[in-house]
Amino acid sequence: MSVRSYIEAITMALDEEMDRDQNVFVLGEDVGKRGGVFQATKGLYEKYGELRVMDTPLAESAIAGVGIGASLYGLRPVAEMQFSDFMLPAANQIISEAAKMRYRSNNDWSAPLTIRAPFGGGVHGGLYHSQSMEAIFANIPGLKIVIPSTPYDAKGLLKASIRDNDPVLFFEHKRAYRLLKGEVPETDYVVPLGKADVKREGTDVTVITYGLMVHHVLNAAQRLAEQGISTHVLDLRTIYPLDKESIISAAQKTGKVLLVTEDTKEGSVLSEVAAIIAENCLFELDAPIKRVAAPDAPAMPYAGPLEQAFMVKPEQIEQAIQDLAEF
Amino acid sequence: MSEKQMTMPQLGESVTEGTISQWLVSAGDTVKKYDPIAEVTTDKVNAEIPSSFEGKIIKLHASEGDTLPVGEPICSIEIAGNEATGEAETTTEAAESRQKTKQSMKKRYSPAVLRLAQEHDLDLEKITGSGRDGRITRKDVARFLEAEPAQASENLNPAAGMQPAASAGGYAGAVAGQAAAPEAKHSAIKSEAGDRVIPLTGVRRAIAANMLRSKHEIPHAWTMIEVDVTNLVNYRNQVKNAFLKKEGHKLTYLPFFMKAIVAALKEFPRMNSTWAGDKIIEKRAVNLSLAVASEDALYVPVIKNADERSVKGLAFAVDELAARVRENRMSPDDMQGGTFTVNNTGSFGSIQSQPIINHPQAAILSIESIVKRPVVVNNMIAIRDMVNLCISIDHRVLDGLITGRFLARIKELLENVNPENTPIY
Repeated sequence: MSVRSYIEAITMALDEEMDRDQNVFVLGEDVGKRGGVFQATKGLYEKYGELRVMDTPLAESAIAGVGIGASLYGLRPVAEMQFSDFMLPAANQIISEAAKMRYRSNNDWSAPLTIRAPFGGGVHGGLYHSQSMEAIFANIPGLKIVIPSTPYDAKGLLKASIRDNDPVLFFEHKRAYRLLKGEVPETDYVVPLGKADVKREGTDVTVITYGLMVHHVLNAAQRLAEQGISTHVLDLRTIYPLDKESIISAAQKTGKVLLVTEDTKEGSVLSEVAAIIAENCLFELDAPIKRVAAPDAPAMPYAGPLEQAFMVKPEQIEQAIQDLAEF
Repeated sequence: MSEKQMTMPQLGESVTEGTISQWLVSAGDTVKKYDPIAEVTTDKVNAEIPSSFEGKIIKLHASEGDTLPVGEPICSIEIAGNEATGEAETTTEAAESRQKTKQSMKKRYSPAVLRLAQEHDLDLEKITGSGRDGRITRKDVARFLEAEPAQASENLNPAAGMQPAASAGGYAGAVAGQAAAPEAKHSAIKSEAGDRVIPLTGVRRAIAANMLRSKHEIPHAWTMIEVDVTNLVNYRNQVKNAFLKKEGHKLTYLPFFMKAIVAALKEFPRMNSTWAGDKIIEKRAVNLSLAVASEDALYVPVIKNADERSVKGLAFAVDELAARVRENRMSPDDMQGGTFTVNNTGSFGSIQSQPIINHPQAAILSIESIVKRPVVVNNMIAIRDMVNLCISIDHRVLDGLITGRFLARIKELLENVNPENTPIY
């Protein structure tokens, strides 16, 4: 057991899975000799060679398409999109091919493909390197979407995604890569897909969130605890399909629910979470379901102060929790 | 200029709330100190609330029919003069606006709170809200249930929550504790087109609550005797004109009956008692409750220490109570402490009735109409003045035997009435 960064946990997971299963290989832009722009695949090229750590042209549709083809041949590709912002050229491959493969072939074929993609803002990335893309794919049955919030979960969830027999979109928060550190066991463990995780037990307000926001929410909860406000924190971890059971029981726990996402508000994953709660928990609710999210503006601004204004900030979350607690 | 609050006064010892039956002023009116501003019903009694200030009514905080706890503001009055400093004024205002919003959130219930209240049959009015502006949160309800299981179960069975000591101010207690019961039972009844819906007055509500409570709690038994009151009729006819001339009051039969009943009560104290859960309490004082009807309500004022009064004294007391009921001058005190109730149903022609006991007393007796009937006297048919006396008893306290003896004694006293044994003065 040692303290690792979020990105080190990703690399560990890739290394362990490639070591364990000859069918696992990675492909993407600059993943080989370069070790990836964020160094997620660092050292893998040296260890497993160019046939299993494959550099590709700047063509996301090809990265996804090759991955799907290889997966149909029994391999377990881990395709990297350099930034999730550039996934859209691959959207046709992902949505119309990978997601529907098992259904369309009457269960004869499946596409055990994992697509890794760094996402999120607050890294001075501007319009094309800051987006949250999860909502675009979060109503495509056949896909799974995973967003880990801690180094431990990142390793366990990536290993589970690689072993899953259907396509998984695995979003990694860029800011989390080197910001978040935590204990990561060197043992072979997986964190199950489709299961949300209670990151903190509380009785006054329930916060349901995912990704980097889990970190901000936990910090806010820590500060609010000193004021006597007890916050229950549920980390969705798999944001599609949602773990309805955990969402319902977390909402019922306090009857006051705050949903937090870094994505823009309207039509975000939270909207679906809110609908699940509204459908199932009416008689447990003690306050309106509240959301904290980015403004409904086209993109994360490049200018520093504007970027800060756009991002969901820890103080904003703290204020919203306090507001609900006092309601 | 400053603003003052008039609050719901405490009308009687055990009274915890009052119902505004009528506003005598409206917003914008100017009032002098002691001017009546509202009529309030508490314990089957209407009392006028005098203004504590001179000034202009700014706002009425309750509508007619609203029931407010004692101490709750009922209206705001703007007072001329500068007895309050500017600073104090803003504080009052701020406090008041806070209070206003507080009131508005106190009754905004979330689905969770409503569900819990229904599941546990809670009266949310009893829970203090810790949420914003006094809102009752789900946690408040949970805490209430945890901390006060007794309180919660009291609400499940309102009757269980009443103290046996209610005998002193029984009606007030009954009104406060149970006013909602009859409403709840009949909430499913719907009116159809053309029906006239009559909102309940405080008095009607109190009557409903008391009747229901009595019928629910007391196992009633009933019996009747007939009494030959020819002697009484003759005696009263002899003296009534002189009495009216001399005293300025009509002399009815009622005080003669009361005199006989009171005498019998002294001999049979068990009739003058109350059920106290684990014991029976025989009351020393003989305080006669008298059912008096007004146009649309029934009051039961009390003649205290009726055993100390002559026929004339009883006649005067009855007239005084009737006048008070007519003129709406009843005070809560007039209604309290009764130990036995007399119901003069004969006054509207009834010859038989089955009265409901005036909780927490043990019996109620109704005096029916005096009618001329052929009866057998000494094996001959004679025309006599006959009257039926009907009595309902609390069978927990009283049995047929003692009741029979009690009635027989009244019969004996009434049938043998003459100027010697029953003087007017």
